[in-house]
Amino acid sequence: MEVLVSQALVSGILMGLVFSLIALGLTIIFGVMNIVNFAHGEFLMIGMYAAYWSAVILSMEPLLTLPIAAAIGFVLGIASYYLLVRHLLRGPMIAQLLGTFGLMLFLRYLALFIFGPNFKTLSKGVLIGKTFMMGPVVIDWSKFFVGLLSLVSFLLVYWIINYTKTGKALLATSIDAEAASYMGIKTEWMNGLAWGLGGATVGIAGALLINFYYVYPTVGILFCMLAFATVALGGFGSIKGAFLAGLIIGLIETFFGQFVSSELKFAVIYALYFIVVALRPEGMFGWK
Amino acid sequence: MLKVDKIEVKYGGMPVIHEVSFEINEGELVSMVGANGAGKTTILKTIEGRLHPTKGKIEFENEDISKSSTSDAVRRGITYIPQERRIFTPLSVEENLRLGAYSLKDKEKIEENLEYVYKLFPILKERRKQKGGTFSGGEQQMLAIARGLMASPKLLMLDEPSLGLMPKLVTEVLEVVKKLSEEGHTILLVEQNVREALELADRAYVLQTGRTIQEGTGEELLQSDIVKKAFLGI
Ligand SMILES: Nc1ncnc2c1ncn2[C@@H]1O[C@H](COP(=O)(O)OP(=O)(O)OP(=O)(O)O)[C@@H](O)[C@H]1O
Ligand SMILES: [Mg+2]
Repeated sequence: MEVLVSQALVSGILMGLVFSLIALGLTIIFGVMNIVNFAHGEFLMIGMYAAYWSAVILSMEPLLTLPIAAAIGFVLGIASYYLLVRHLLRGPMIAQLLGTFGLMLFLRYLALFIFGPNFKTLSKGVLIGKTFMMGPVVIDWSKFFVGLLSLVSFLLVYWIINYTKTGKALLATSIDAEAASYMGIKTEWMNGLAWGLGGATVGIAGALLINFYYVYPTVGILFCMLAFATVALGGFGSIKGAFLAGLIIGLIETFFGQFVSSELKFAVIYALYFIVVALRPEGMFGWK
Repeated sequence: MLKVDKIEVKYGGMPVIHEVSFEINEGELVSMVGANGAGKTTILKTIEGRLHPTKGKIEFENEDISKSSTSDAVRRGITYIPQERRIFTPLSVEENLRLGAYSLKDKEKIEENLEYVYKLFPILKERRKQKGGTFSGGEQQMLAIARGLMASPKLLMLDEPSLGLMPKLVTEVLEVVKKLSEEGHTILLVEQNVREALELADRAYVLQTGRTIQEGTGEELLQSDIVKKAFLGI
Protein backbone atom coordinates (compact mmCIF):
# COMPACT_ATOMS: atom_id res chain seq x y z
CA MET A 1 0.00 0.00 0.00
CA GLU A 2 2.73 2.44 0.96
CA VAL A 3 4.51 1.74 -2.28
CA LEU A 4 1.31 2.39 -4.21
CA VAL A 5 0.83 5.69 -2.42
CA SER A 6 4.40 6.83 -3.08
CA GLN A 7 4.01 5.70 -6.65
CA ALA A 8 0.83 7.76 -7.06
CA LEU A 9 2.45 10.72 -5.33
CA VAL A 10 5.40 10.76 -7.71
CA SER A 11 3.25 10.25 -10.83
CA GLY A 12 0.78 12.84 -9.59
CA ILE A 13 3.44 15.48 -9.11
CA LEU A 14 5.11 14.75 -12.44
CA MET A 15 1.78 14.90 -14.27
CA GLY A 16 0.82 17.99 -12.26
CA LEU A 17 3.90 19.81 -13.51
CA VAL A 18 2.73 19.22 -17.07
CA PHE A 19 -0.78 20.46 -16.19
CA SER A 20 0.76 23.61 -14.71
CA LEU A 21 2.69 24.26 -17.90
CA ILE A 22 -0.44 23.69 -20.01
CA ALA A 23 -2.43 26.09 -17.83
CA LEU A 24 0.33 28.73 -17.86
CA GLY A 25 -0.47 30.02 -21.35
CA LEU A 26 -4.18 30.14 -20.62
CA THR A 27 -3.66 32.17 -17.47
CA ILE A 28 -1.18 34.57 -19.13
CA ILE A 29 -3.61 35.32 -21.96
CA PHE A 30 -6.45 35.78 -19.52
CA GLY A 31 -4.32 37.92 -17.24
CA VAL A 32 -3.23 40.29 -19.96
CA MET A 33 -6.51 40.72 -21.80
CA ASN A 34 -9.38 39.02 -19.97
CA ILE A 35 -10.03 36.56 -22.74
CA VAL A 36 -10.48 32.82 -22.37
CA ASN A 37 -8.77 31.00 -25.19
CA PHE A 38 -11.05 28.08 -25.96
CA ALA A 39 -8.62 26.92 -28.63
CA HIS A 40 -5.92 26.31 -26.02
CA GLY A 41 -6.35 22.54 -26.21
CA GLU A 42 -6.01 22.72 -29.97
CA PHE A 43 -2.76 24.65 -29.58
CA LEU A 44 -1.59 21.71 -27.46
CA MET A 45 -2.71 19.26 -30.13
CA ILE A 46 -0.77 21.20 -32.76
CA GLY A 47 2.31 21.18 -30.53
CA MET A 48 1.95 17.41 -30.21
CA TYR A 49 1.62 16.92 -33.96
CA ALA A 50 4.51 19.30 -34.61
CA ALA A 51 6.74 17.23 -32.35
CA TYR A 52 5.38 13.95 -33.66
CA TRP A 53 5.92 14.74 -37.31
CA SER A 54 9.33 16.32 -36.73
CA ALA A 55 10.37 13.18 -34.90
CA VAL A 56 8.97 10.88 -37.60
CA ILE A 57 9.82 12.74 -40.79
CA LEU A 58 13.19 14.16 -39.74
CA SER A 59 13.87 11.12 -37.54
CA MET A 60 14.66 13.46 -34.69
CA GLU A 61 14.98 12.59 -31.06
CA PRO A 62 11.57 13.63 -29.64
CA LEU A 63 13.12 15.80 -26.95
CA LEU A 64 14.94 17.86 -29.56
CA THR A 65 11.63 18.80 -31.17
CA LEU A 66 10.84 21.12 -28.24
CA PRO A 67 12.17 24.26 -29.93
CA ILE A 68 10.23 23.45 -33.09
CA ALA A 69 6.97 22.98 -31.18
CA ALA A 70 7.68 26.13 -29.18
CA ALA A 71 8.30 28.16 -32.33
CA ILE A 72 5.19 26.81 -34.06
CA GLY A 73 3.12 27.51 -30.94
CA PHE A 74 4.52 31.02 -30.73
CA VAL A 75 3.67 31.82 -34.34
CA LEU A 76 0.25 30.20 -33.98
CA GLY A 77 -0.49 32.30 -30.90
CA ILE A 78 0.64 35.55 -32.48
CA ALA A 79 -1.23 34.81 -35.72
CA SER A 80 -4.41 34.00 -33.78
CA TYR A 81 -4.14 37.32 -32.01
CA TYR A 82 -3.43 39.53 -34.99
CA LEU A 83 -5.72 37.77 -37.47
CA LEU A 84 -8.67 37.04 -35.20
CA VAL A 85 -8.67 38.05 -31.55
CA ARG A 86 -7.68 41.67 -32.12
CA HIS A 87 -10.83 42.15 -34.18
CA LEU A 88 -13.03 40.32 -31.68
CA LEU A 89 -11.98 42.76 -28.96
CA ARG A 90 -14.04 45.48 -30.57
CA GLY A 91 -17.16 43.33 -30.39
CA PRO A 92 -19.28 42.36 -27.40
CA MET A 93 -18.16 39.76 -24.85
CA ILE A 94 -20.14 37.05 -26.59
CA ALA A 95 -18.23 37.63 -29.83
CA GLN A 96 -14.99 37.03 -27.95
CA LEU A 97 -16.31 33.78 -26.49
CA LEU A 98 -17.66 32.48 -29.77
CA GLY A 99 -14.59 33.71 -31.63
CA THR A 100 -12.04 31.58 -29.81
CA PHE A 101 -14.61 28.77 -29.63
CA GLY A 102 -14.77 28.96 -33.42
CA LEU A 103 -10.99 28.92 -33.60
CA MET A 104 -11.05 25.74 -31.53
CA LEU A 105 -13.46 24.00 -33.91
CA PHE A 106 -11.59 25.30 -36.94
CA LEU A 107 -8.22 23.95 -35.78
CA ARG A 108 -9.72 20.68 -34.57
CA TYR A 109 -11.47 19.85 -37.82
CA LEU A 110 -8.59 21.11 -39.91
CA ALA A 111 -6.39 18.63 -38.02
CA LEU A 112 -8.95 15.90 -38.58
CA PHE A 113 -8.89 16.64 -42.30
CA ILE A 114 -5.10 16.76 -42.55
CA PHE A 115 -4.02 14.04 -40.12
CA GLY A 116 -7.07 11.74 -40.05
CA PRO A 117 -8.68 10.42 -36.88
CA ASN A 118 -6.04 7.81 -36.00
CA PHE A 119 -4.09 7.80 -32.77
CA LYS A 120 -0.40 8.33 -33.28
CA THR A 121 2.31 7.49 -30.85
CA LEU A 122 6.08 7.57 -30.92
CA SER A 123 8.00 4.36 -30.48
CA LYS A 124 11.54 5.68 -30.76
CA GLY A 125 13.28 8.07 -28.40
CA VAL A 126 15.90 7.96 -25.67
CA LEU A 127 13.28 8.15 -22.94
CA ILE A 128 10.51 6.07 -24.38
CA GLY A 129 9.66 2.87 -22.56
CA LYS A 130 12.57 3.13 -20.09
CA THR A 131 12.13 3.16 -16.34
CA PHE A 132 14.24 3.52 -13.23
CA MET A 133 13.72 2.77 -9.55
CA MET A 134 13.68 5.33 -6.79
CA GLY A 135 13.50 3.19 -3.69
CA PRO A 136 10.52 0.96 -4.31
CA VAL A 137 8.91 3.37 -6.77
CA VAL A 138 9.14 2.70 -10.49
CA ILE A 139 9.45 5.87 -12.55
CA ASP A 140 9.24 6.26 -16.31
CA TRP A 141 12.22 8.18 -17.59
CA SER A 142 9.89 9.87 -20.03
CA LYS A 143 7.50 11.04 -17.33
CA PHE A 144 10.36 12.10 -15.11
CA PHE A 145 11.98 14.21 -17.81
CA VAL A 146 8.69 15.58 -19.01
CA GLY A 147 7.84 16.71 -15.48
CA LEU A 148 11.30 18.18 -15.02
CA LEU A 149 11.31 20.03 -18.33
CA SER A 150 7.79 21.31 -17.66
CA LEU A 151 9.05 22.75 -14.41
CA VAL A 152 12.08 24.31 -16.10
CA SER A 153 9.91 25.84 -18.84
CA PHE A 154 7.45 27.15 -16.29
CA LEU A 155 10.20 28.75 -14.19
CA LEU A 156 11.81 30.24 -17.27
CA VAL A 157 8.58 31.99 -18.27
CA TYR A 158 8.02 33.07 -14.67
CA TRP A 159 11.49 34.58 -14.68
CA ILE A 160 10.93 36.32 -18.02
CA ILE A 161 7.71 37.90 -16.78
CA ASN A 162 9.05 39.05 -13.44
CA TYR A 163 12.63 39.93 -14.18
CA THR A 164 12.98 41.18 -17.74
CA LYS A 165 11.97 44.55 -19.10
CA THR A 166 9.56 43.04 -21.63
CA GLY A 167 8.12 40.77 -18.96
CA LYS A 168 7.54 43.73 -16.66
CA ALA A 169 5.79 45.52 -19.51
CA LEU A 170 3.58 42.47 -19.98
CA LEU A 171 2.81 42.45 -16.27
CA ALA A 172 2.04 46.17 -16.32
CA THR A 173 -0.31 45.65 -19.28
CA SER A 174 -2.10 42.89 -17.39
CA ILE A 175 -2.57 45.16 -14.37
CA ASP A 176 -3.73 48.26 -16.26
CA ALA A 177 -3.35 48.44 -20.02
CA GLU A 178 -4.18 52.13 -20.27
CA ALA A 179 -1.63 53.08 -17.61
CA ALA A 180 0.89 50.83 -19.37
CA SER A 181 0.34 52.75 -22.59
CA TYR A 182 1.21 55.99 -20.77
CA MET A 183 4.57 54.43 -19.90
CA GLY A 184 5.21 54.09 -23.63
CA ILE A 185 4.46 50.36 -23.66
CA LYS A 186 2.99 49.11 -26.93
CA THR A 187 0.07 47.32 -25.35
CA GLU A 188 -1.17 45.91 -28.64
CA TRP A 189 2.15 44.12 -29.07
CA MET A 190 1.94 42.96 -25.44
CA ASN A 191 -1.40 41.32 -26.22
CA GLY A 192 0.19 39.61 -29.20
CA LEU A 193 3.13 38.58 -27.07
CA ALA A 194 0.81 37.08 -24.44
CA TRP A 195 -0.74 34.94 -27.17
CA GLY A 196 2.71 34.06 -28.49
CA LEU A 197 3.92 33.03 -25.04
CA GLY A 198 0.68 31.15 -24.45
CA GLY A 199 1.11 29.27 -27.72
CA ALA A 200 4.81 28.59 -27.15
CA THR A 201 4.39 27.18 -23.64
CA VAL A 202 1.49 24.94 -24.54
CA GLY A 203 3.40 23.90 -27.68
CA ILE A 204 6.30 22.81 -25.46
CA ALA A 205 3.84 20.93 -23.24
CA GLY A 206 2.55 19.15 -26.34
CA ALA A 207 6.04 18.20 -27.47
CA LEU A 208 6.72 16.84 -23.98
CA LEU A 209 3.48 14.88 -23.77
CA ILE A 210 4.16 13.09 -27.04
CA ASN A 211 6.90 11.17 -25.23
CA PHE A 212 4.29 9.08 -23.44
CA TYR A 213 0.88 10.12 -24.74
CA TYR A 214 -0.75 9.53 -28.11
CA VAL A 215 -1.94 12.33 -30.31
CA TYR A 216 -5.20 12.56 -32.24
CA PRO A 217 -7.19 15.56 -33.53
CA THR A 218 -9.49 15.81 -30.51
CA VAL A 219 -6.83 15.24 -27.85
CA GLY A 220 -7.21 18.90 -26.85
CA ILE A 221 -10.68 18.42 -25.35
CA LEU A 222 -9.50 16.57 -22.27
CA PHE A 223 -6.45 18.71 -21.62
CA CYS A 224 -8.30 21.93 -22.25
CA MET A 225 -10.96 21.01 -19.70
CA LEU A 226 -8.22 20.23 -17.18
CA ALA A 227 -6.47 23.50 -17.98
CA PHE A 228 -9.69 25.47 -17.42
CA ALA A 229 -10.13 23.80 -14.05
CA THR A 230 -6.49 24.55 -13.22
CA VAL A 231 -6.76 28.23 -14.11
CA ALA A 232 -10.09 28.66 -12.33
CA LEU A 233 -8.80 26.88 -9.24
CA GLY A 234 -5.56 28.82 -9.12
CA GLY A 235 -7.21 32.14 -9.88
CA PHE A 236 -7.72 33.65 -13.34
CA GLY A 237 -4.58 35.39 -14.45
CA SER A 238 -2.49 34.09 -11.55
CA ILE A 239 0.77 32.39 -12.47
CA LYS A 240 1.55 31.09 -9.00
CA GLY A 241 -2.02 29.86 -8.80
CA ALA A 242 -1.70 27.94 -12.05
CA PHE A 243 1.42 26.25 -10.74
CA LEU A 244 -0.12 25.07 -7.47
CA ALA A 245 -3.47 24.18 -8.97
CA GLY A 246 -1.71 22.14 -11.66
CA LEU A 247 0.01 20.09 -8.97
CA ILE A 248 -3.23 19.64 -7.03
CA ILE A 249 -5.07 18.48 -10.12
CA GLY A 250 -2.23 16.16 -11.08
CA LEU A 251 -2.40 14.56 -7.64
CA ILE A 252 -6.19 14.21 -7.65
CA GLU A 253 -6.03 12.75 -11.11
CA THR A 254 -3.55 10.04 -10.21
CA PHE A 255 -4.89 9.28 -6.73
CA PHE A 256 -8.48 8.96 -7.82
CA GLY A 257 -7.48 7.20 -11.00
CA GLN A 258 -5.46 4.68 -9.06
CA PHE A 259 -7.47 4.12 -5.89
CA VAL A 260 -11.06 5.00 -6.68
CA SER A 261 -12.01 4.99 -10.32
CA SER A 262 -10.71 6.70 -13.40
CA GLU A 263 -14.22 7.67 -14.41
CA LEU A 264 -14.67 9.57 -11.19
CA LYS A 265 -11.42 11.50 -11.25
CA PHE A 266 -12.59 14.28 -13.58
CA ALA A 267 -15.84 14.65 -11.66
CA VAL A 268 -13.79 15.06 -8.49
CA ILE A 269 -11.56 17.68 -10.09
CA TYR A 270 -14.59 19.71 -11.09
CA ALA A 271 -16.28 19.16 -7.74
CA LEU A 272 -13.18 20.60 -6.07
CA TYR A 273 -13.30 23.48 -8.48
CA PHE A 274 -16.97 24.16 -7.61
CA ILE A 275 -16.14 24.14 -3.91
CA VAL A 276 -13.26 26.57 -4.34
CA VAL A 277 -15.36 28.82 -6.54
CA ALA A 278 -18.20 28.84 -4.04
CA LEU A 279 -15.83 29.81 -1.23
CA ARG A 280 -13.52 32.07 -3.21
CA PRO A 281 -14.95 33.00 -6.61
CA GLU A 282 -11.62 34.51 -7.62
CA GLY A 283 -9.80 31.19 -7.12
CA MET A 284 -7.00 30.47 -4.66
CA PHE A 285 -4.80 33.39 -5.69
CA GLY A 286 -7.14 36.17 -6.69
CA TRP A 287 -7.18 37.77 -10.04
CA LYS A 288 -3.54 38.63 -10.39
CA MET B 1 7.27 73.35 -28.38
CA LEU B 2 3.65 72.14 -28.53
CA LYS B 3 1.18 73.66 -30.91
CA VAL B 4 -2.45 72.58 -30.90
CA ASP B 5 -4.20 73.95 -33.93
CA LYS B 6 -8.01 74.00 -34.16
CA ILE B 7 -8.52 70.41 -33.13
CA GLU B 8 -11.87 68.68 -33.00
CA VAL B 9 -12.17 65.44 -30.99
CA LYS B 10 -15.14 63.09 -31.01
CA TYR B 11 -16.38 60.26 -28.84
CA GLY B 12 -18.41 57.85 -30.96
CA GLY B 13 -19.32 60.51 -33.51
CA MET B 14 -20.14 63.17 -30.92
CA PRO B 15 -17.71 66.09 -30.95
CA VAL B 16 -16.70 67.14 -27.44
CA ILE B 17 -13.76 69.37 -28.40
CA HIS B 18 -14.46 72.09 -30.95
CA GLU B 19 -11.66 73.97 -32.69
CA VAL B 20 -9.42 74.22 -29.68
CA SER B 21 -6.08 75.93 -30.22
CA PHE B 22 -3.28 76.69 -27.81
CA GLU B 23 0.44 76.45 -27.50
CA ILE B 24 3.14 75.84 -24.97
CA ASN B 25 6.66 77.18 -25.21
CA GLU B 26 9.68 75.52 -23.74
CA GLY B 27 10.03 76.11 -20.01
CA GLU B 28 6.50 77.43 -19.53
CA LEU B 29 3.93 76.36 -17.02
CA VAL B 30 0.59 76.55 -18.78
CA SER B 31 -2.62 75.93 -16.85
CA MET B 32 -5.89 74.82 -18.33
CA VAL B 33 -8.93 75.33 -16.19
CA GLY B 34 -12.57 74.49 -16.72
CA ALA B 35 -15.58 72.87 -15.11
CA ASN B 36 -16.32 69.15 -14.95
CA GLY B 37 -16.87 67.75 -18.40
CA ALA B 38 -15.35 70.74 -20.19
CA GLY B 39 -13.01 68.41 -22.08
CA LYS B 40 -9.69 68.89 -20.28
CA THR B 41 -8.84 65.22 -19.98
CA THR B 42 -9.92 64.64 -23.56
CA ILE B 43 -7.44 67.24 -24.77
CA LEU B 44 -4.57 65.76 -22.79
CA LYS B 45 -5.35 62.26 -24.02
CA THR B 46 -5.45 63.54 -27.57
CA ILE B 47 -2.00 65.11 -27.22
CA GLU B 48 -0.77 61.82 -25.76
CA GLY B 49 -2.09 59.88 -28.77
CA ARG B 50 -4.70 57.92 -26.86
CA LEU B 51 -7.37 59.74 -28.92
CA HIS B 52 -6.94 61.35 -32.31
CA PRO B 53 -8.31 64.65 -33.57
CA THR B 54 -10.89 64.43 -36.36
CA LYS B 55 -9.94 67.93 -37.50
CA GLY B 56 -6.98 70.20 -36.93
CA LYS B 57 -3.41 69.40 -36.10
CA ILE B 58 -1.07 68.86 -33.17
CA GLU B 59 2.60 69.71 -33.58
CA PHE B 60 5.35 68.85 -31.15
CA GLU B 61 8.83 70.25 -31.81
CA ASN B 62 7.62 71.19 -35.29
CA GLU B 63 6.51 67.68 -36.20
CA ASP B 64 2.92 66.65 -36.79
CA ILE B 65 1.91 64.16 -34.10
CA SER B 66 -1.85 64.21 -34.74
CA LYS B 67 -1.77 60.57 -35.82
CA SER B 68 0.97 59.37 -33.48
CA SER B 69 0.40 56.46 -31.16
CA THR B 70 0.71 56.83 -27.39
CA SER B 71 4.01 54.98 -27.30
CA ASP B 72 5.33 57.32 -29.97
CA ALA B 73 4.22 60.39 -28.01
CA VAL B 74 5.94 59.05 -24.89
CA ARG B 75 9.11 58.38 -26.87
CA ARG B 76 9.05 61.94 -28.15
CA GLY B 77 9.02 63.14 -24.56
CA ILE B 78 5.35 63.83 -23.83
CA THR B 79 4.32 62.31 -20.53
CA TYR B 80 0.77 62.19 -19.21
CA ILE B 81 0.01 61.77 -15.54
CA PRO B 82 -3.57 60.58 -15.52
CA GLN B 83 -6.38 61.99 -13.44
CA GLU B 84 -7.01 58.61 -11.79
CA ARG B 85 -3.25 58.26 -11.07
CA ARG B 86 -3.31 54.68 -12.25
CA ILE B 87 -0.52 53.36 -10.09
CA PHE B 88 0.30 49.70 -10.70
CA THR B 89 -1.02 48.78 -7.28
CA PRO B 90 0.31 45.20 -7.02
CA LEU B 91 3.82 46.37 -7.88
CA SER B 92 6.34 48.03 -5.57
CA VAL B 93 7.17 51.72 -5.66
CA GLU B 94 10.46 51.03 -7.38
CA GLU B 95 8.86 48.75 -9.97
CA ASN B 96 6.33 51.48 -10.70
CA LEU B 97 9.12 54.02 -11.10
CA ARG B 98 11.16 51.80 -13.39
CA LEU B 99 8.11 51.26 -15.58
CA GLY B 100 7.94 55.02 -15.84
CA ALA B 101 11.34 54.90 -17.51
CA TYR B 102 10.23 52.20 -19.96
CA SER B 103 10.82 54.46 -22.95
CA LEU B 104 14.45 55.16 -21.98
CA LYS B 105 17.27 52.99 -23.27
CA ASP B 106 20.14 54.52 -21.32
CA LYS B 107 20.55 52.58 -18.06
CA GLU B 108 22.62 55.28 -16.41
CA LYS B 109 19.96 57.84 -17.18
CA ILE B 110 17.36 55.62 -15.50
CA GLU B 111 19.43 55.35 -12.32
CA GLU B 112 20.02 59.10 -12.43
CA ASN B 113 16.29 59.76 -12.73
CA LEU B 114 15.61 57.37 -9.88
CA GLU B 115 18.02 59.31 -7.68
CA TYR B 116 16.36 62.54 -8.78
CA VAL B 117 12.80 61.49 -7.91
CA TYR B 118 13.92 59.91 -4.64
CA LYS B 119 15.49 63.22 -3.72
CA LEU B 120 12.31 65.03 -4.68
CA PHE B 121 10.13 62.59 -2.70
CA PRO B 122 12.21 61.05 0.10
CA ILE B 123 9.19 59.08 1.33
CA LEU B 124 9.23 57.07 -1.89
CA LYS B 125 12.81 56.05 -1.22
CA GLU B 126 12.01 54.98 2.33
CA ARG B 127 9.14 52.88 1.10
CA ARG B 128 10.52 51.77 -2.23
CA LYS B 129 9.83 48.08 -1.60
CA GLN B 130 6.26 48.72 -0.54
CA LYS B 131 3.38 47.99 -2.91
CA GLY B 132 1.85 51.02 -4.63
CA GLY B 133 -1.62 49.92 -3.54
CA THR B 134 -0.82 50.44 0.12
CA PHE B 135 -0.28 54.18 -0.38
CA SER B 136 -2.77 56.90 0.51
CA GLY B 137 -4.26 59.16 -2.15
CA GLY B 138 -1.70 61.90 -1.66
CA GLU B 139 1.20 59.49 -1.68
CA GLN B 140 -0.14 57.83 -4.81
CA GLN B 141 -0.24 61.22 -6.50
CA MET B 142 3.40 61.82 -5.57
CA LEU B 143 4.23 58.38 -6.93
CA ALA B 144 2.33 59.12 -10.14
CA ILE B 145 4.27 62.36 -10.61
CA ALA B 146 7.56 60.66 -9.80
CA ARG B 147 6.76 57.86 -12.25
CA GLY B 148 6.03 60.46 -14.91
CA LEU B 149 9.36 62.20 -14.25
CA MET B 150 11.21 58.91 -14.71
CA ALA B 151 10.70 59.22 -18.46
CA SER B 152 12.79 62.44 -18.61
CA PRO B 153 9.80 64.20 -20.16
CA LYS B 154 10.20 67.28 -22.30
CA LEU B 155 6.55 68.09 -21.69
CA LEU B 156 4.82 66.98 -18.51
CA MET B 157 1.02 66.96 -18.56
CA LEU B 158 -0.64 66.78 -15.15
CA ASP B 159 -4.35 65.99 -15.05
CA GLU B 160 -5.89 67.39 -11.85
CA PRO B 161 -3.08 66.32 -9.54
CA SER B 162 -4.89 67.73 -6.51
CA LEU B 163 -8.17 65.92 -7.14
CA GLY B 164 -9.66 64.28 -4.07
CA LEU B 165 -6.90 65.42 -1.72
CA MET B 166 -7.40 67.26 1.53
CA PRO B 167 -6.47 70.97 1.51
CA LYS B 168 -3.06 70.51 3.11
CA LEU B 169 -2.08 67.95 0.49
CA VAL B 170 -3.48 70.10 -2.31
CA THR B 171 -1.03 72.81 -1.31
CA GLU B 172 1.76 70.26 -1.08
CA VAL B 173 1.12 68.84 -4.55
CA LEU B 174 0.89 72.28 -6.10
CA GLU B 175 4.17 73.21 -4.36
CA VAL B 176 5.76 70.27 -6.14
CA VAL B 177 4.38 71.47 -9.47
CA LYS B 178 5.81 74.91 -8.78
CA LYS B 179 9.18 73.46 -7.90
CA LEU B 180 9.27 71.35 -11.06
CA SER B 181 8.47 74.41 -13.09
CA GLU B 182 11.22 76.38 -11.41
CA GLU B 183 13.66 73.59 -12.19
CA GLY B 184 12.91 74.19 -15.86
CA HIS B 185 10.32 71.53 -16.67
CA THR B 186 7.75 72.42 -19.28
CA ILE B 187 4.34 71.73 -17.78
CA LEU B 188 0.73 71.61 -18.90
CA LEU B 189 -1.38 71.67 -15.76
CA VAL B 190 -5.08 70.90 -15.69
CA GLU B 191 -6.74 71.97 -12.47
CA GLN B 192 -10.06 72.71 -10.84
CA ASN B 193 -8.39 74.69 -8.09
CA VAL B 194 -8.62 77.64 -10.40
CA ARG B 195 -7.08 80.34 -8.25
CA GLU B 196 -3.99 78.32 -7.36
CA ALA B 197 -3.56 77.07 -10.91
CA LEU B 198 -3.73 80.60 -12.30
CA GLU B 199 -1.36 81.95 -9.67
CA LEU B 200 1.21 79.34 -10.63
CA ALA B 201 0.83 79.68 -14.36
CA ASP B 202 2.90 81.69 -16.81
CA ARG B 203 -0.07 81.51 -19.13
CA ALA B 204 -3.47 79.90 -18.93
CA TYR B 205 -6.52 78.88 -20.95
CA VAL B 206 -10.11 78.65 -19.82
CA LEU B 207 -12.08 75.82 -21.34
CA GLN B 208 -15.85 75.63 -21.48
CA THR B 209 -17.82 72.81 -23.13
CA GLY B 210 -15.01 71.97 -25.47
CA ARG B 211 -14.01 75.52 -26.44
CA THR B 212 -11.28 77.82 -25.20
CA ILE B 213 -13.17 80.91 -24.10
CA GLN B 214 -10.26 82.88 -22.68
CA GLU B 215 -6.53 82.97 -22.64
CA GLY B 216 -3.85 85.13 -21.14
CA THR B 217 -1.24 85.27 -18.45
CA GLY B 218 -2.20 83.88 -15.07
CA GLU B 219 -2.64 87.37 -13.61
CA GLU B 220 -4.76 88.55 -16.52
CA LEU B 221 -7.15 85.66 -16.11
CA LEU B 222 -7.33 86.10 -12.35
CA GLN B 223 -8.60 89.63 -13.06
CA SER B 224 -10.99 88.63 -15.84
CA ASP B 225 -14.71 88.87 -15.23
CA ILE B 226 -15.54 85.47 -16.66
CA VAL B 227 -13.06 83.72 -14.40
CA LYS B 228 -14.10 85.73 -11.37
CA LYS B 229 -17.76 84.94 -11.91
CA ALA B 230 -17.53 81.35 -13.04
CA PHE B 231 -14.75 80.02 -10.87
CA LEU B 232 -13.76 82.30 -8.06
CA GLY B 233 -17.24 83.22 -6.87
CA ILE B 234 -16.42 86.91 -6.66
N1 LIG C 1 -15.03 57.59 -23.06
C1 LIG C 1 -15.97 58.53 -23.31
N2 LIG C 1 -17.01 58.26 -24.11
C2 LIG C 1 -17.95 59.18 -24.36
N3 LIG C 1 -17.95 60.43 -23.85
C3 LIG C 1 -16.94 60.76 -23.04
C4 LIG C 1 -15.90 59.82 -22.72
N4 LIG C 1 -15.02 60.42 -21.89
C5 LIG C 1 -15.50 61.67 -21.70
N5 LIG C 1 -16.64 61.88 -22.38
C6 LIG C 1 -17.41 63.12 -22.43
O1 LIG C 1 -16.60 64.12 -23.01
C7 LIG C 1 -16.76 65.34 -22.33
C8 LIG C 1 -15.43 65.83 -21.84
O2 LIG C 1 -14.93 64.93 -20.86
P1 LIG C 1 -13.52 65.09 -20.15
O3 LIG C 1 -13.29 63.90 -19.33
O4 LIG C 1 -12.52 65.44 -21.17
O5 LIG C 1 -13.79 66.36 -19.23
P2 LIG C 1 -12.89 66.99 -18.10
O6 LIG C 1 -12.82 68.42 -18.39
O7 LIG C 1 -11.62 66.26 -17.97
O8 LIG C 1 -13.79 66.75 -16.82
P3 LIG C 1 -13.40 66.41 -15.31
O9 LIG C 1 -13.04 67.71 -14.67
O10 LIG C 1 -14.65 65.86 -14.74
O11 LIG C 1 -12.28 65.44 -15.35
C9 LIG C 1 -17.77 65.09 -21.23
O12 LIG C 1 -19.02 65.52 -21.67
C10 LIG C 1 -17.76 63.60 -21.05
O13 LIG C 1 -19.02 63.14 -20.64
MG1 LIG D 1 -10.75 65.19 -16.51
